[in-house]
Amino acid sequence: MLLRHTPETITDRSALTINPAKTCQPVGAMYAALGIHNCLPHSHGSQGCCAYHRSALTRHYKDPIMATTSSFTEGASVFGGQANLVESINNIFTIYSPDIIAVNTTCLSEVIGDDLPQIINKARADGKIPPGKTVIHANTPSFKGSHVTGFANMTSAMVQYLSERSGKKIPQINIIPGYVEPSDMAEMKRISLEMGIKSVLFPDTSGVVNSPLDGKFHMYPKGGATMEAIKSAGDSTFTLALGRTASLPAAKLLDTKCKVPFECLDLPIGLSATDTFVDCLRKTAGVSVPESLMVERGQVVDVLTDMHQYFFGKKVALIGDPDHLVSLAQFLTDMDMEVLYVVTGTPAGPKFVRRIRELTGEKTIVKEGLGVDMFQFHQLIKNAKPDLLFGNTYVKHIARDEDIPLIRMGFPIYDRVGHQYFPITGYRGALRLLEKILEAILDRQDRDAPEESFELVM
Amino acid sequence: MIEILKDRKKQVFQKGAETGDRGIVCEKASLAGSVSQRACVFCGSRVVLYPIADALHLVHGPVGCAAYTWDIRGSLSSGPELHRLSFSTDLREKEVIFGGEKKLYAALTELIKAYAPKAAFVYATCIIGLIGDDVQAVCKKVQAEQGIPVIPVHSEGFRGTKKDGYKAACEALFRLVVEGGGQPGFPLSINILGDFNLAGETWMIKEYYRQMGIKVVSCITGDGRVDEIRESSRAGLNVVQCSGSMTQLAKMMEETYGLPFKRVSYFGIEDTAEALYSVARHFDDLQVMRKTEELVRSEVNRIYPEVQHYRKALEGKKAAIYVGGSFKAFSLVKALRHLGIQTAIVGSQTGNPEDYEYLKEICDAGTIIVDDTNPLELSRFMMEKDVDLLIGGVKERPIAYKMGAAFCDHNHERKTALAGFEGMLNFCREVYASIMSPVWQFSPARQRRATMEQTFSEEITKAMFST
Repeated sequence: MLLRHTPETITDRSALTINPAKTCQPVGAMYAALGIHNCLPHSHGSQGCCAYHRSALTRHYKDPIMATTSSFTEGASVFGGQANLVESINNIFTIYSPDIIAVNTTCLSEVIGDDLPQIINKARADGKIPPGKTVIHANTPSFKGSHVTGFANMTSAMVQYLSERSGKKIPQINIIPGYVEPSDMAEMKRISLEMGIKSVLFPDTSGVVNSPLDGKFHMYPKGGATMEAIKSAGDSTFTLALGRTASLPAAKLLDTKCKVPFECLDLPIGLSATDTFVDCLRKTAGVSVPESLMVERGQVVDVLTDMHQYFFGKKVALIGDPDHLVSLAQFLTDMDMEVLYVVTGTPAGPKFVRRIRELTGEKTIVKEGLGVDMFQFHQLIKNAKPDLLFGNTYVKHIARDEDIPLIRMGFPIYDRVGHQYFPITGYRGALRLLEKILEAILDRQDRDAPEESFELVM
Repeated sequence: MIEILKDRKKQVFQKGAETGDRGIVCEKASLAGSVSQRACVFCGSRVVLYPIADALHLVHGPVGCAAYTWDIRGSLSSGPELHRLSFSTDLREKEVIFGGEKKLYAALTELIKAYAPKAAFVYATCIIGLIGDDVQAVCKKVQAEQGIPVIPVHSEGFRGTKKDGYKAACEALFRLVVEGGGQPGFPLSINILGDFNLAGETWMIKEYYRQMGIKVVSCITGDGRVDEIRESSRAGLNVVQCSGSMTQLAKMMEETYGLPFKRVSYFGIEDTAEALYSVARHFDDLQVMRKTEELVRSEVNRIYPEVQHYRKALEGKKAAIYVGGSFKAFSLVKALRHLGIQTAIVGSQTGNPEDYEYLKEICDAGTIIVDDTNPLELSRFMMEKDVDLLIGGVKERPIAYKMGAAFCDHNHERKTALAGFEGMLNFCREVYASIMSPVWQFSPARQRRATMEQTFSEEITKAMFST
């Protein structure tokens, strides 16, 4: 009972964070960078940052996560990191030979004020970037935003550096998938393919961080969006950005830079959000929804109606990334559950709070941004105990202390597998989420039922 | 040997393959742009001080440093669990510009009031060093107001390597030691240094000493307590396990209090026995020596048959070792030998020249010794040496699996106790379970190898019968 000391009384804390409900920008940037084919993410700062980000992603994906570091020393911190980065770029292309290096800054390189575009230009002028190879960068200071904004920044960098407008439109749609699992990215591609739509999805970590075991170590697994594809995104007819926090900045930039119109939707988690996603694809591509997808949808509705009596009035509390929370809150409300708390450590702004309330009603307590953490989430739970928790692995401490079932979702998940392989987006994802929710509710019901109401058929 | 980058050539050594007696180059900063497996100064301080369970550990800096080190280490406590919570000042842009001292002061005051810790450690991260917060002054002020030791730990990530973090941790610990110093000593007593109570290892080791009739004054830092550390200068001997992290503190205590120290390892049968005997010899007490002999004899007799059972299956297998500290590597080489496993590759992140000389001595001819290696190199060496097992940490595990090699976690986040005699059994079981798992039959790497072996043996057969 690790968290037994958490008091019920909620007092104002402005000076510190206890048990963070977010982490810092560079890890999100590194994850996004892994979504480019043959890309080596590079962390511009101390070795520790890179080691921590690689460890965090390795624990979450249980796959080798490759990234390099500028290995800052005291000298670099005083005289700037230019020499380190130029040398890094040279070494990386010589030793590891990626097609592209995606540099993310850290709090250290941000504070000393390294000018990344200038350094990259210098490296190019010095001949450290071989012909045909690319270096891109994103500013990701750790004292701003969270891992989600870091992801958004690196996705924008892909547009900034790679996307181009040739003047000739290509009949394809861009999908910016948001900070989701490789399984979800694969699912989005599958849905658009099922609808007969050619899509460019970036970043795309499927096949990179959930690569198959083939008996070899690959620096660059087969997956990832190719640079050509991201380049061609500038000629696409339309962009679908999924999730305001993670995807909107890149979509906006693509519109400004290459005049590709966009729409920003909620992540397709749950029935309503997936309907909106599919409908938007249908309209923009001018196609009809194929029978196969209708069947998948029908199956979700079928399970929903079969089991609806178990959802009624169940109280839930959610903690995680803003984009996930919006769609999940809607799905749970659609299922007649009562959303008590929605909490994120990521600064998501008043729009986020309004959107959640719109979906779930005024009763829901929404907390976001500065000073919001797992400690506070736990305090809320002590005040009105929900039946079900949604959150990352760290929530298991709370779940155990309060004896409430937990459904793992978000980042990081260190203690379970499946998230890499089974989507929670799309209709199939909705079905999987449904199964998880029912499993948790019914297991609890079975455990607590008195002998006379212990049921075989449910 | 495979092609190695020019700049790294001198950090790799193959026993018996080289001419002359050149030493291995180490203690170098990693090449900029390498996929280094190393971490930073903060990481070093955090992992060492973390197991002090009744102290407050506040990470002063942006949230990442605290988030990544939250409860990832399986250091158990027999009492308070304050160490397992993650406290951060979560610095934002405003503080980076105008300074974070006020926030630090408020956070410390609030936390000490809420949790009544015995002491507080304040970790200064990269950014604090740059913006120049006077952490020392804030700590001093809070200490005066709150009446508990508030100790700054200078662990700015860029100031060096993990080793420099160990040093910063030792300096912080020494402040506690000094507070209680100078009192008359306890007879037949020791401090246990550098055991982090992963999976309860400190408890096992403490039990050995209890049976030997030796008092353990403090455990620095596994299952650590502030008051015990304050008493530690009254012990008769410092017994240092993780030499990389704790030798510095032992030296400081030797200089100040004349307290001698011994470096030991509790990993493997030989090293555990030698550790206990060397402590017994130090006290030169007949009673203690007799009890130690009894303990070692009965423990070895107890575990030996099971070890032999595993050895039968594992004889002839090959292993690669890549760990943080080199001292760990020594014991691993010896322990693997007990299982009939040959060490084909061995390396560390932070070894010094003497460490590598010693490794050269204890390894077989052909063994590759590496300093600060990277995954690409490691995987190529593993392929070349065709190893069955990799012993390493979190970032090495999936590399081993992808290549069809078994894995044993010997890092600070494992959940299995590997220390002492019981730990040796756990180690054997873990290595056996992984190497002998039927899952490898599905791994293409093993399938390829099986085909190669078959071809090879066919060639031998042909050669033998063609004459």
